Amino acid sequence: MSVASFTSAATVDDALAALAAGARPVAGGTDLVVGARQGKAPLPERIVAIDRVAELSGISELDGALHLGALATHSEIATHPLVRERFTALADASAIVGSRATRAHGTIGGNLMNASPAMETGGPLQCLDASVMLQSSRGSRWVPVAELFGGPGATTAQPDELLVAVDVPAPAEGTASAYVRLEYRRQMEIAVVGATAAVTLAGGAVSAARVAITALAPTIRRVPEAEAALESSDGGEAAVAAAAAAAAAASAPISDVRASEGYRRAMAEVIARRAIEAALARGRGELVPIPASSGGTG
Amino acid sequence: MKVAATLTVNGMAYPVELDPGTSLLVAVREHVGLTGSKEGCDDSECGACMMLLDGKPVNACSYLALQAEGREVVTVEGLSAGRELSPLQAAFLQHGGVQCGFCTPGMLVSATALLADNPSPSEDDVRIALAGNLCRCTGYDGIVKAVLSVAR
Repeated sequence: MSVASFTSAATVDDALAALAAGARPVAGGTDLVVGARQGKAPLPERIVAIDRVAELSGISELDGALHLGALATHSEIATHPLVRERFTALADASAIVGSRATRAHGTIGGNLMNASPAMETGGPLQCLDASVMLQSSRGSRWVPVAELFGGPGATTAQPDELLVAVDVPAPAEGTASAYVRLEYRRQMEIAVVGATAAVTLAGGAVSAARVAITALAPTIRRVPEAEAALESSDGGEAAVAAAAAAAAAASAPISDVRASEGYRRAMAEVIARRAIEAALARGRGELVPIPASSGGTG
Repeated sequence: MKVAATLTVNGMAYPVELDPGTSLLVAVREHVGLTGSKEGCDDSECGACMMLLDGKPVNACSYLALQAEGREVVTVEGLSAGRELSPLQAAFLQHGGVQCGFCTPGMLVSATALLADNPSPSEDDVRIALAGNLCRCTGYDGIVKAVLSVAR
């Protein structure tokens, strides 16, 4: 493995200068280094480590909105009280990424920029209307998460742009959400099929809905037809079934080592239904536990 | 290109010269000379290489050694007090938590991290914390019992 240069950035400006000079960033290494070990892509020739950039760490709240530094880890996200209470689908997702070691070091920035169509957090972030800030030495811009994904493993970011933050607006009053994945085991798993739902309940009716599918299309994407089936409905069995069927109809899965295309298509409806039901149940005040993530406190 | 760095492993500072692509596992095994941590899958699936990095478990096979500079690395060799086993290590022997032994260093490190974080884990807590560590011999029961036996 020949990496020609390695620098460790102390500030965002350091990191951006390195990216402008052609380096690629590494934070927790849980995708970049693993990908190299698996032969997906060799390590970049020039690497800039961003894990010590203090400006990029931390989770904060401003008027009910959530701000995630690019270095926020899955452990930090899954255990954060505000995330668990108001952005629950995101907590569901981060809680089941990889193993405890993956969650301790894997970051939200790396997770998004790796752009796997099977990654856990992309559906929740899309359904919660999140945007990312991409910064380069040329300036910065906000990009909705839905527009960040360009294809399997590809983003719409320029090579000199660094994802520095993820902002999630305060959900409307009465909003609840859930992420569910089909898995063969709980830990060290990659979604076979995943689905996210976010619903806003007002006076017993669904006033707004978001549904996204994971590992069912070249990128994680929302399904407007499923959302339309839920919106203005009572959130009852018929509306849920119609929405789940719409999510399955929007699926364009592949066959790979984890599942065949046909199996994924068949399970899309089941998993979408479970996600929608879980979001509705949470919206009605029922307890749908977030998966346990650590065995400890972090 | 080699880069000079200092790795702090089990409280000792080790000067090393590394290719920047070197994993923490290779650096610790081949440059520092502590071979307790094992290479199993070499892509973060099996946990045989588990170390603590500033107290948190890390798959050392998939972590760049140079990123560990200035951080505290703990390996299985750092768990005992000289030749005296830690209570957790002794419990692994007592409860049949060791058969071939290849997964044991990683299991001990992951369990040590769990107990530092949560001294009173439930069986579920233990199984979640150890889920990134594969064992092909024991069926896990002896390992889980060993960890629970030293829980408070």
